[in-house]
Order: sequence, then structure tokens, then C-alpha cells
Amino acid sequence: MNTRANFDQSLQELKTLQLKMAGEAETAVKNAMLSLLNRDVELANKVINGDHLIDDLEYEIHEKALMLIARQSPVAKDLRRLHVALKVSSEVERLGDIAVNIAKSTVQIGNEQHVKELIDIPQMMEVALEMLTDAITAFYSEDPALAKKCAQKDDQVDKMFGELVQELLTYIPKNPDFTNQIIQLAYVCRYIERIADHATNIAENIVYLETGKRYNLND
Amino acid sequence: MAIQTLTRNIFDVKDLNLWYGDHHALKGVYFPIQKKEVTAMIGPSGCGKSTFLKTLNLMNKMIPNVKITGEVNFAGQNILHSKTDLVELRKHVGMVFQKGNPFPQSIYDNVAYGPRIHGIKKKKHLDELVIKALMDVALWNEVKDRLNAPALGLSGGQQQRLCIARALATKPDVLLMDEPTSALDPISTLKIEELIFELKEKYTIVIVTHNMQQAARVSDRTAFFLMGELIEFAETSKIFSTPKDSRTEDYITGRFG
Repeated sequence: MNTRANFDQSLQELKTLQLKMAGEAETAVKNAMLSLLNRDVELANKVINGDHLIDDLEYEIHEKALMLIARQSPVAKDLRRLHVALKVSSEVERLGDIAVNIAKSTVQIGNEQHVKELIDIPQMMEVALEMLTDAITAFYSEDPALAKKCAQKDDQVDKMFGELVQELLTYIPKNPDFTNQIIQLAYVCRYIERIADHATNIAENIVYLETGKRYNLND
Repeated sequence: MAIQTLTRNIFDVKDLNLWYGDHHALKGVYFPIQKKEVTAMIGPSGCGKSTFLKTLNLMNKMIPNVKITGEVNFAGQNILHSKTDLVELRKHVGMVFQKGNPFPQSIYDNVAYGPRIHGIKKKKHLDELVIKALMDVALWNEVKDRLNAPALGLSGGQQQRLCIARALATKPDVLLMDEPTSALDPISTLKIEELIFELKEKYTIVIVTHNMQQAARVSDRTAFFLMGELIEFAETSKIFSTPKDSRTEDYITGRFG
């Protein structure tokens, strides 16, 4: 007889909800990136208008997690699991906001030709997306090794961010008519860098869930 | 007594007052109890929660100098009416007490006791009822090879589950539980709690508990009693997150009581 079958089922439902939220945010981030690369304003608007679904899921997760804390007297890993549910859902909600920010930059740029062929930005996006996917997979499988591996890529993204922004700023004097676009692209680089940070934070929470120890994986 | 009600309420208590001699133990309690839900009653000692529970199957009618007024409508009939058949009422409203109290008989005879009182004699029928009740309380696998062994040889947690099986064997509609885990170890307690969660598929359960976490874990609705008054009654999720009355909040957060 499983003496906590009811609680275990509630925890599983909570995890399913978290994975649903993470999936929605991952899709929003991907679509926002695609909208920028393809100058697809329609897709960008879809991302902007869909963000409330992610916000609603965060609210639902917080309500469920708090109720389980109030009613089920969780301790040890059960307690960490609920703490992590609250923390990770807030990280994921921020990812949704970042997707909206990227989508808004797409709208700002509109149909305007890109000032140069976008090569480095997609590469940076790819690394950040890999990190995000790894973080979500590590969360699904509760795998601290994968979480740590995910976080190791953060330095790479930070480095790309620094270099890209420097490069973008050099375009402004040569292409003053494209100043708005260049600033938007610099913003986008900043947003991508933040995606990697949030993926790292999710990874840190997975390590905490499994080990009970706090690691700063950004070091 | 036909157990068919048009509403979701299996019990509907109205303006219930109860005195033990001069002591006014329940004061104007209105309390609907919904079918196939777990309703928990919490409150400090002497608040009236156990008295209220015992009124639902008139256990306290046997106490000298008790006076009860108001209405306790069960399945549409006021059981406070003098013509209520107590044996029939308790067939529909079973009860489990603080400590497992099996009869000094075999496991089988303990569970078969209620059905036999109600006239069931055929072995095959009794066997079916006993097996089903033991399965319902998740005890069957533990005792199926020793049904004729003394019930008092079971562990405390098993004895309590046996008593629940004994109460279920008469096919009640409602199960009253008066601190059913207060004498049990934590794991046996969690087993009973998990059982309560499963039993509500078929039965209405009303539980009195001193353990607030238990009320929070097992019940759908929670009532807070204080000095004979029903202070607050709401969904358990509301009581334990946003209680309306400051006295409820003080009690559940351990600030008095």
C-alpha cells in the first residue's frame, strides 16, 4: 500500500503542469526567434498574444504548489520539489516575457531588410535554445548531470553576447538609417543572453532538487 | 429508511443544540454534510466536535441528562424524532473510534458481526461481505490466510483497519470516525488516511481529528468548532489558505488552543 498515493499523484500532476508550461515557453522562444530571422510579423504577434497562457500556467502552478505545502505537510525532497516548482515556474514565466520582447523587436524592425546577413545571432540563438532544451529535459528526467552540462554553455553565450554587441555598434556610423534596427538587434542579443541565464537558473534548481545543495552554476 | 436524497446533502443539521445537564455543549449548529465527501471537524478539546459527531448516529442519546433540540435530517428524515430505529440508523451510519477495538473473536467473525445482527446467515453471502470489506480497507492480502486467527493478534494499525472493515460490512452510507489514528504510529496513520481518500468513492465520511495536518490532508471540507459553536465551515483548501474568521486562523496556525 502506497501510503502517500494521493500526494504522489498530486505531485505528478504538478510536474505535468510544469512541463506543459516549459513546453509552451520553449515554443514561444523558438517562434520569437524564427519571427525575427524571417521578419515574420504575424508569427511575432502570435507570440505576443499567446503569453497570457504562460502567465496563467504560472499562476496555476503557484496555487497548486502552495496548496500542497499547506495541506500535505511536505518534508525533504517533497518540500524541495514544491520549492523548485515555485522557483522554476517563475524562471519559465520570464522566458515567456523574453519571447515577447524578441517578438516586439521583430515588429519594430518590420519588413525592413536586415542591415547585414544574420549569422552570429542565429548561432547564439542555437546555443541558448540547446541550453533551454537541456534544462527542460534535465527537469523532466531529474538529471543533475545534464543540468550541470547545460549550465556549462552559459559562458559561451555570454562571450558571444559581448562580441556581437560590440560588432553591432560599429554598424551604426556606417548605416545611420538602420540605427533603430541595430539597436533592436542589440536588444535581441541581450534577450538571448538572458534566456541562457534563465536556463542556468532552472539547471541550478534541478541540482538543488536532487542533492539539497545550492550550486552557482554561473561561476 | 430509504437512502435517497434529492440534494447533495446526506445530512442536513439545523439549529442543533445539545446540553449535558446544564452544560450547553452545542449551540445552534447548522451543518450540511455532502454525499461522498470527507468532512473533517477540528477544534480544541471540549469544543463540541465529538459531541456533534456522536449526534449523527445518536450515540449520545444513551448518556444521562442529555437534551437535544433542533433537526438532524438524515436522508430527509429528522433522526431526533422519537420513533427513529437506532439499529437501522447505525446500519446506515457506521462508526469507528479512537483505538481499534476488535471483539475478542476471529478476524472473520469481527467483520461478519454486523451482517449477522442484521439477519444474514448464509455462509456464502457472509463470505462475500467479509472479503469485500477486508479488500475495501486494503487488509485482505495481509489476513486472507488467517481469517480464523484472533483479531487481537493484529497490529494496532491492522486492528483499526479491521474495525473500519467491520463498520463497512453492513454497507453503511456514512462512516463516522472519531480520531481514528490518534493511537497509531505515523505509517499506520498514513495508511488509514490513504484509505479514507479511497473510501470516499463509495462512502460519506465524517472525521473528528486533533491533528490539523490530517484534516488538511484527507478532507474536502473542514469545520472549526469552538466552545460549542460552529465558527467556520468551508472547503478545506479555503480553511487552510484563507480562513475568514480570525479565530480559525489563530487555531490552525497554532496560536491558541
